[in-house]
Amino acid sequence: LDYQHVQVPFEITLWIMLASLAKIGFHLYNKLPSVVPESCLLIFVGLIMGGIIYGLNDRSPPVMDSDIFFLYLLPPIVLDAGYFMPSRPFFENIGTILLYAVVGTIWNVFGIGFSLYGICQVKAFRLQDVSLLHNLLFGSLIAAVDPVAVLAVFEEIHVNEKLHILVFGESLLNDAVTVVLYKLFRSFCEMPTIKSMDVFAGVGKFFVVGLGGVLVGLSFGFTAAFTTRFTKDIRVIEPLFVFLYSYLSYLTAEMFHLSGIVAIISCAMGMKRYVEANISLKSHTTVKYFMKMWSSVSDTLIFIFLGVSTIGENHEWNWPYICFTVIFCLIWRALGVLVLTFFVNRFHVNTITSKDQFIIAYGGLRGAICFSLVFLLPDFHRKKLFIAATTVVILFTVFVQGMTIRPLVDLLAVKRKRESAPTVGEQIHIRFLDHLLAGIEDISGHWGQYYWKDKLEYFNSKYLQKILLREYDQPKSSIVLLYEKLERKHAIELAQAGQLGHGPAHPSFLCSAFLCSNSDRTVRTDQKLEDTLNPDVLDNMQEILARNLYRIRRTGPAYNRHTLPGDSEPTEQAKEILILRHKNL
Amino acid sequence: GLLSREDFQRIPELAINPLGDRIINAFFPEGEDQVNFRGFMRTLAHFRPIEDNEKSKDQNGPEPLNSRSNKLHFAFRLYDLDKDDKISRDELLQVLRMMVGVNISDEQLGSIADRTIQEADQDGDSAISFAEFVKVLEKVDVEQKMSIRFLH
Repeated sequence: LDYQHVQVPFEITLWIMLASLAKIGFHLYNKLPSVVPESCLLIFVGLIMGGIIYGLNDRSPPVMDSDIFFLYLLPPIVLDAGYFMPSRPFFENIGTILLYAVVGTIWNVFGIGFSLYGICQVKAFRLQDVSLLHNLLFGSLIAAVDPVAVLAVFEEIHVNEKLHILVFGESLLNDAVTVVLYKLFRSFCEMPTIKSMDVFAGVGKFFVVGLGGVLVGLSFGFTAAFTTRFTKDIRVIEPLFVFLYSYLSYLTAEMFHLSGIVAIISCAMGMKRYVEANISLKSHTTVKYFMKMWSSVSDTLIFIFLGVSTIGENHEWNWPYICFTVIFCLIWRALGVLVLTFFVNRFHVNTITSKDQFIIAYGGLRGAICFSLVFLLPDFHRKKLFIAATTVVILFTVFVQGMTIRPLVDLLAVKRKRESAPTVGEQIHIRFLDHLLAGIEDISGHWGQYYWKDKLEYFNSKYLQKILLREYDQPKSSIVLLYEKLERKHAIELAQAGQLGHGPAHPSFLCSAFLCSNSDRTVRTDQKLEDTLNPDVLDNMQEILARNLYRIRRTGPAYNRHTLPGDSEPTEQAKEILILRHKNL
Repeated sequence: GLLSREDFQRIPELAINPLGDRIINAFFPEGEDQVNFRGFMRTLAHFRPIEDNEKSKDQNGPEPLNSRSNKLHFAFRLYDLDKDDKISRDELLQVLRMMVGVNISDEQLGSIADRTIQEADQDGDSAISFAEFVKVLEKVDVEQKMSIRFLH
């Protein structure tokens, strides 16, 4: 038995296997994911595993190594998020997102740090040796909202796209601020005296970190796009380039002490457009699937490790400090959101409602990043206290906030809507208005409002596309291109579309037989009016309409952890509409 | 400084909007193929959100373009192609056919259209007049729905 030889890969594979089996297990119970978010269940499994290991070995189970987390587990998740990020809502809201990410995080850090310092001054708690700097350091690592946790919870509560992108974008971008503040305070801890020059250097460093990350990411992204221009003959390794370049950008940024998360996001967003145009369809599917797979595995592993690492002897319990940490996290986040939203709403026509604000504030979950950062702290005598406090905060936010956010969202939504069932006419007219508004929004959105977007488009078409794309010929309008694409792929369906209106053509329309017989009944014109009064026919109608009215273009989040985008009915619907319009032209 | 229909048709989302053609036509004044900036703005002005402080001032002046009544009138005009101030059964059928998938037969669509007219019709002329249209939508928050959300 040669266990030593294979030990490391064997154990790694076993952990991943455990994670995947746990995931299957949850989805077997249909009701469970709707009540308890997946992240909670995974932590729970981790806790059990940790307990088992502790019981067996009677020593603390392996703590999640910060290096493993930052170098191996975090990049896939962030890459997945950045690649599938819907860029239009992101850039439309970028001002608000940056405001929340930068100003909000700084507010939280200083707020939590100072108030905890105030608590430490109280003699009864026996905390006086925790200095202001330590508190600020702790504040800097606990204040940041964690993208992993936020993603895990938010995709199950189905909020509207704008809200989703705000919280999600904020959680991704506050990494730059967190990194700078954390390193700043840590270096301050080690310096004997602090001069004001150091503080200014810190502020300047923030810009360097953020912008440097973006630059690194973009340069790698464009290099990736350029490389894929030449891969026409070796299609098999195309997906590899996407992953290699993104990972390189992350590592390079970390090497220079820049923000790796921002780098990898900008790499993904920068290269997406060009790479997708250059690589083959199969490579494209491969890239998407692998990304989803890796990020899924990482996500699961992170939560399980979180659970495992909480068991053990790493903690020092000081109830006042811990309780006040949790309370202050909540309070300061709520205050921050309120104040910032007040400013944001002054400049925008479309305000962020108080319900939205509540969700933003309540959805500020902390997760594994805080956990890893606290383990990276230099060893001083109060480190275990911080570890304990961080663990409690993370568990609290993930379990309590994660589990209750969905019922709260439903509760708040239910209170607003107290309509009776809409009549058939109302339903049609409302949908009509929705389509109208969607069209007007698209028109106004595209014409001149976004000066920089136009500039970017110009720059793109004049220079970038020539360099980065293999086949550059886009003189036709996009509607023609889209139509050609569909026509090329589905010539047969177009022929079938010539027989529109002669009865249901889709075999998947389950009730077609039933409704066919119904429609035979209503063919005779003199019977029509009486039949429309028949409640059965009315129910049918509502059902037909609900099923068949075209949806307006999506208003829900376009990013989902578990499914690939673009795989669902909107594309079918778009096809049908285009075919119909072609017929009418 | 003039827009033509082709300029609108270049917007990809508009191509897959079922009402795309009618929306584009709404921008162009009667019989013309070009619209200038003022006309463009006039049409878009219907979709400005109604602000609270506007409701009280200027009661005696002309109604602003983004009032509830004018918003609804804009929508009404998209239905009513022959501009007789009534949505007839045929016009309703045309719009329904545009909005609904290929699975519905003409008979079903016809009965849906009949039901719609029947619910709304109060003066018995088997068509929906503007007043009846307004009444159908009285419970709907049109001011909210028909305002452009500038996500800026």
